[in-house]
Amino acid sequence: MSLPEEANQSKQLEFVTLVAGGQNFCIEITQIREIRRWSPVTILPHSPSHVLGVINLRGAVIPIIDLAEKLGFAKIEPSERHVIIISAIEERIVGLLVESVSEILGVSPDMVRETPRNSEDPTTRATPGIIPVGDDMTKVINLAALLPDQGQVAA
Amino acid sequence: MMTDGSILDAFFEECEDLLVALTEGLSDMRDGQADDETVNAVFRAVHSIKGAAGAFSLEDLVGFAHTFETVLDEVRGGRLDADENLLRVLQRAGDVLSDLVDAARNDTPADQDQVAPVLDDLKSFLGDEGVVEEEFVFEALTLSFDEPAAPNRYHVTFSPGKEFYATGNDPLLIIRALQELGNTTVEIDTSGIPDTFEGYDWASGYLSWKIDLEGPQNDLPILEVFQFVEDLCDLKVSNIETDDPADIPVPFIADEPEQVEPSDTVAPIEIASEATTPEPPKPQKKPTTEKQAKRSNATLRVDPERVDRLINAVGELIINQSVISQRLEEAALPNSSDLFADLDDYKLLAREIQEGVMAIRAQPVKPLFQRMMRIAREAADATSKDVTLLTEGEGTEVDKIVVERLADPLTHMIRNAIDHGIETPDDREAAGKKRDGVLRLTASQRSGSIVIEIIDDGAGLNRPRIKEIAIEKGVIAPDAQLSDQEIDHLLFAPGFSTAKEVTNLSGRGVGMDVVKTAITALGGRIAISSVRGEGTTFSITLPLTLAVMDGMIIFVGGQTMVVPITSILETIRPTDADLSPIGLSSHLLRIRGDYVPIIDLADRLGTPPCKKALTDRVLLLIQTETVAQCALVVDDIFDQRQVVVKSMQGNYGEIAGISGATILGDGKIALIIDPEAIAASAPSLQGQNAMQQEDPIHVTS
Repeated sequence: MSLPEEANQSKQLEFVTLVAGGQNFCIEITQIREIRRWSPVTILPHSPSHVLGVINLRGAVIPIIDLAEKLGFAKIEPSERHVIIISAIEERIVGLLVESVSEILGVSPDMVRETPRNSEDPTTRATPGIIPVGDDMTKVINLAALLPDQGQVAA
Repeated sequence: MMTDGSILDAFFEECEDLLVALTEGLSDMRDGQADDETVNAVFRAVHSIKGAAGAFSLEDLVGFAHTFETVLDEVRGGRLDADENLLRVLQRAGDVLSDLVDAARNDTPADQDQVAPVLDDLKSFLGDEGVVEEEFVFEALTLSFDEPAAPNRYHVTFSPGKEFYATGNDPLLIIRALQELGNTTVEIDTSGIPDTFEGYDWASGYLSWKIDLEGPQNDLPILEVFQFVEDLCDLKVSNIETDDPADIPVPFIADEPEQVEPSDTVAPIEIASEATTPEPPKPQKKPTTEKQAKRSNATLRVDPERVDRLINAVGELIINQSVISQRLEEAALPNSSDLFADLDDYKLLAREIQEGVMAIRAQPVKPLFQRMMRIAREAADATSKDVTLLTEGEGTEVDKIVVERLADPLTHMIRNAIDHGIETPDDREAAGKKRDGVLRLTASQRSGSIVIEIIDDGAGLNRPRIKEIAIEKGVIAPDAQLSDQEIDHLLFAPGFSTAKEVTNLSGRGVGMDVVKTAITALGGRIAISSVRGEGTTFSITLPLTLAVMDGMIIFVGGQTMVVPITSILETIRPTDADLSPIGLSSHLLRIRGDYVPIIDLADRLGTPPCKKALTDRVLLLIQTETVAQCALVVDDIFDQRQVVVKSMQGNYGEIAGISGATILGDGKIALIIDPEAIAASAPSLQGQNAMQQEDPIHVTS
């Protein structure tokens, strides 16, 4: 008789899985606006090295961030094959440069586990959850924690 | 439905308009240009504020407005003569009324010390009678329905005009509001509907209503129901008992007088029709036309966000247009192609739309100037000087934001001009001038910019004294050699005040640098010219709009960037003879006998340095906020064009030396340079002008 609960359970979370720094990550689909091919950016002066520059997205000025570098990996050398994930963090729109985007992963909320904490490296800090996928697992990125507020991004 | 808050907001917006009408009317009266209609307009403005304020129980406001209104009513009725004395009091009363409105809007208590004397002055023009009457009407305004006195019967004839519907009003709501006041009998009069559909105006409501209403003590609550639509309909309110047509303060507009003639097909309320016939609409012909002429200026209230959205869209259109023209150029079509002609049309149309949209945001500076009238009046009183403020070019239109942000700087400058610029009457007489000083505030449009000038006929700048003070305060070195212009600009240095003693009027010497900062923030410039003994002119040059600006497209360190044209004095291709080395890597530019520091833009922005020699690059001579000019080195300049300004702050944040971004024809983003910030970050300038901040911010470190 618990229809609402049933509906709740069947309500799946959807994640877009991606590769950055050679590892698997995913971002909840509701935070993603669109996915684009890499295109050259306008470089910003005095910007931290993970900020690649800005692009014009239909008239809006969108900063592009190297996700791999932000997570502590080596800098991505952007090329045509790389992908920009345009995502919305609260009111802000930010583009994330990643190596590739793989698939859309639908899981029920209880499949998302808390990341076991052992070290405080940038990757662990930015990924509060993990989802097991087959033999492997993918790490859920918390964008708000990754890019906390404007002051930080603007350096 | 509207919330209480938004109704209140609407009221305050309405008040703003009414206060403008009030100030306008009062200054007409002062200038002797007033006719009966002016006095009526002033009276109506005060009355409407009072009426609406009553509905919100803003009692301070109602009380004051009432006394004010009573005095105006006496003037209107010819019982009081509007002499200079009375006008002075009325003008004060107008100021106080606007203070009270502000106080009510901000929900702060009104300054009774300001209100009370003016209220007393007003009352002194009234006999005891007037004061007694005040209490009575005031009571009635509180719309108390709890005391059912002997019910009065009113007859209301209500014929909404076309405008009524066009502005989104609903007669049903009005009738319901009337029903709230007491027992009503409503009858619809369909006789206005034409018999044939030929020439039928679909936008017109041909209906009118006759409402018998029982209850209210007097007609004020009824009139209040119609308060915001009274201009849009034909309205008659009469007391059936007394057969006395109510005294309705506003002359009505009969938009379609032929339709609103009392119709004889409505038999049941013949009595009422008779009661109203002594006052047919025709004799009101004259006020009607006058009022209509005024109404053509009526404003449309639009949520600024909608306009901003439109401006954004138009910005996109302009960018899109430049993208297309760039693509077409790349396509290397034959010049004879019709496409180019079409593209030119497109360009013109886009420009036209853009100007049209910008014009929505544009507002005349008139209300701003009127505020300054008051500032000048108060400043003159406080300093016991006789000053006449003359305004010119009040119709000049500027972006709304510019108008808003100009208020503070202008206030400072007007006060300064009166406090420091204009001499005391005795001094003036001794100098062979008229005793009363003249301050002129002018606005004009000059080739894409707005120029606002504040011209006083005072003593002019005392340059030796300014220099003395600047040395005293450590703003400049004691042995500094400054040109007259540079001395004048010292006024804008932070913490500089020339008045021998600090007066409470022009503040603590923080004025002029704040003014300069505010003007600069608007993308404008300020200049001073002064002749000793003859006066001082401050001229402010402002861009027409903040959303679009004229920019110089430049090339720096592999990036395309934009420098605002307004800050560029000239562009120079230097020769070896123009450059004097200073130290190992720096140069000074020699220009017309002056030496100007050279700032490498690439260096300041942290982009890779250009290997080319200075003589192969271009210098932009920039007038900076500080006294000095400086030359920015850029790799090349391309073009001068209009760019749409995009803020960087929404998605990224502020960047030192960058004021915003724009999108170029190829769809790429170009950053807009903030020359002031670039210059301020230059170490060479820091040393030269000790007046800069104590601890220089090295943005480039």
